[in-house]
Amino acid sequence: MTLVNLWYVARATGMVSLLLLTATVLLGILGRLRVGSAGWPRFALAGLHRNVSLLTLAFLGVHAAVVVIDSYVPIDWLDSVVPFVSAYQPFWLGLGAIAFDLLLALVVTSLLRARINPRLWRALHWLAYACWPLALVHALGIGTDAAAGWPLALGVACAVAVVAAAVWRLVASWRTRLAAGDRGTGPARQRRAVAGRAL
Amino acid sequence: MSAVADQASGHRLRVNPISCVAHGLCAELLPEMVELDEWGYPIVDGAAVPVRLVAQARRAVAACPTLALHLDGKRGRHA
Amino acid sequence: MTITVDRPQADTLPRLLRADAGLAPMPSFAGAGGRDRLIDLVDRAGLRGRGGAGFPTARKLKAVAGGGKEPVVLVNGCESEPASRKDKTLMSYAPHLVVDGAALAAHAVGATRVVLCLERGTGLAERLAREIDQRRRGSVRWQLAEVPRRYVASEESSLVHFVNAGEARPLAVPPRPFERGVDGRPTLVDNVETLAHLALIASHGPDWFRAVGTPTDPGSALVTVSGAVHRPGVYEIAPGTTLGAVLDTAGGPTEPLGAALVGGYFGTWVPFPEGWQLPLSHDRTGPSATTLGAGAIVALPASSCGIAETARVARYLAEESARQCGPCMFGLPAIAGDLAAIAAGRPDPAAYPRLSGRLTVVTGRGACRHPDGATRLVASALEAFSDDLRAHLVGRPCTGIQQPPILPLPRFRDRRWR
Repeated sequence: MTLVNLWYVARATGMVSLLLLTATVLLGILGRLRVGSAGWPRFALAGLHRNVSLLTLAFLGVHAAVVVIDSYVPIDWLDSVVPFVSAYQPFWLGLGAIAFDLLLALVVTSLLRARINPRLWRALHWLAYACWPLALVHALGIGTDAAAGWPLALGVACAVAVVAAAVWRLVASWRTRLAAGDRGTGPARQRRAVAGRAL
Repeated sequence: MSAVADQASGHRLRVNPISCVAHGLCAELLPEMVELDEWGYPIVDGAAVPVRLVAQARRAVAACPTLALHLDGKRGRHA
Repeated sequence: MTITVDRPQADTLPRLLRADAGLAPMPSFAGAGGRDRLIDLVDRAGLRGRGGAGFPTARKLKAVAGGGKEPVVLVNGCESEPASRKDKTLMSYAPHLVVDGAALAAHAVGATRVVLCLERGTGLAERLAREIDQRRRGSVRWQLAEVPRRYVASEESSLVHFVNAGEARPLAVPPRPFERGVDGRPTLVDNVETLAHLALIASHGPDWFRAVGTPTDPGSALVTVSGAVHRPGVYEIAPGTTLGAVLDTAGGPTEPLGAALVGGYFGTWVPFPEGWQLPLSHDRTGPSATTLGAGAIVALPASSCGIAETARVARYLAEESARQCGPCMFGLPAIAGDLAAIAAGRPDPAAYPRLSGRLTVVTGRGACRHPDGATRLVASALEAFSDDLRAHLVGRPCTGIQQPPILPLPRFRDRRWR
């Protein structure tokens, strides 16, 4: 396999990982916003969030492996999980390593959710809001041609989607906090249209 | 459905009312046993789970975003 | 310091509210054998909790003592029921009985830490602190906790939560406090009156205790009588006494009565004239399964509207929800709203079936018994005042609404839970 091919694989899997991560974050936010319909019940969206996150991890694993195997740049196995120690672009790569570590922590704690302290799980899951921006900045900073053309447009589109969803979520939680008093819940206002569930 | 599958499995459904914030996934996954009241909260009255619904009940328990739904086992809690 | 007196005559009242209520020289309860003997005395006396639930005290003592870890004792002097003043009265009158009882209970379960829980702003903390100071030479560590003035803050899991984490909101049970409470230890939570009786039992014996009351509900009990009676106040009665006799003890009605609320705001309405002969006890008696609860009795004049009074209290109870559980947080205000509309004589046609449905749906689905008590009160009002209810539902006006409110609501309430 020529060096050029591996580099393309690394770049492609990186971009796909970013897209999948964006999708994961969006699905997670939709769940928190209690979005659902008869055709897309909430448990299905929740299941999708879980499966897409696993797919993201898989693609990320391939991305990291290919980058390491590709001997064009001096990156070794340790650099994929330990930030800022690589010989090649330590800063931008380090951000990616941190994002990878965070995603690993998020997935592992979620798989073990029933067995760990619920409050600990919730606190750790907030790190998703740190993981995604790190991944985006890593992509824009390290990609040799990421800051131009359609990769840039893709990055911007992801950013817009996540920021919009995050803002929606903030506004919704402020509103329910005002409505429900000192506890931020407000289920009654949002009816689920699940087939056969006449309320 | 066979008579065996309709028998009580010895498991019971229980909701922790403080953890529950009415996401409602339990009612989506287990409509045979979970009904939602007018405010979206599940009505689960410690009902015995028939054998044929145990697997689905476990799915519902795993799906709850706040882990408020519990399946209590034959030997006490935490099946 | 306890005042040594001769053993008071067995079948006389009062026992707790005597100016000279004190303890005769007590047999020693030292050692493990002594502890067992003490619990056995309480068992034979048949003492039941005076905080509202009426649970057999000896059973609780045994459960806590057998818990494995060293237990903790919480003394519940919080009395957040607005219609009840008996605990505050007892603590002003005979604080030494409460503290002695608490010390005995701690000894019985093997605890070395006792936390006395009082509502903020009652001014009783000083009196009790003085009593406690006189006992500092013992091996027990005493603490005073001042709890926010909220209705559910006096619930036993709320007190445990408050002592553990500073927040007086109920916790989901299981585990119950007697299994795991303060610091994860078995925790004995007992009402101050229960502990005062315990002290007297240890001093005068179980037969003396059983000389008044009924076989299943022995001993004396404090009740708070208020409303349309000549001498509202705290009285000590024997279970089995009729409601009419208790109202007469409080001076009798000031005007013809329509009903009486028995058991405070988690209790039931007893309509007159049938209710006059109702024997009061911690067991459920009568057609409405009435129980004394924490002993709060309010006499309602016939000229007042029971539905309107209940609607006022229902709104108070809805506001007092800890807002942790959906059915309580949303259900109680909805129920209060329905009842208020009915009381005002302008309900929509679906109001009554909707209210009845909500009463069934809300019961039993909270972490604590707050929604259950509230729905029970409303259901009993609908039953006891069924004639008025029918009139309200067809929109007939009610003059009772214009009467001054009878059921008391607290003047000062804390907004926070800490």
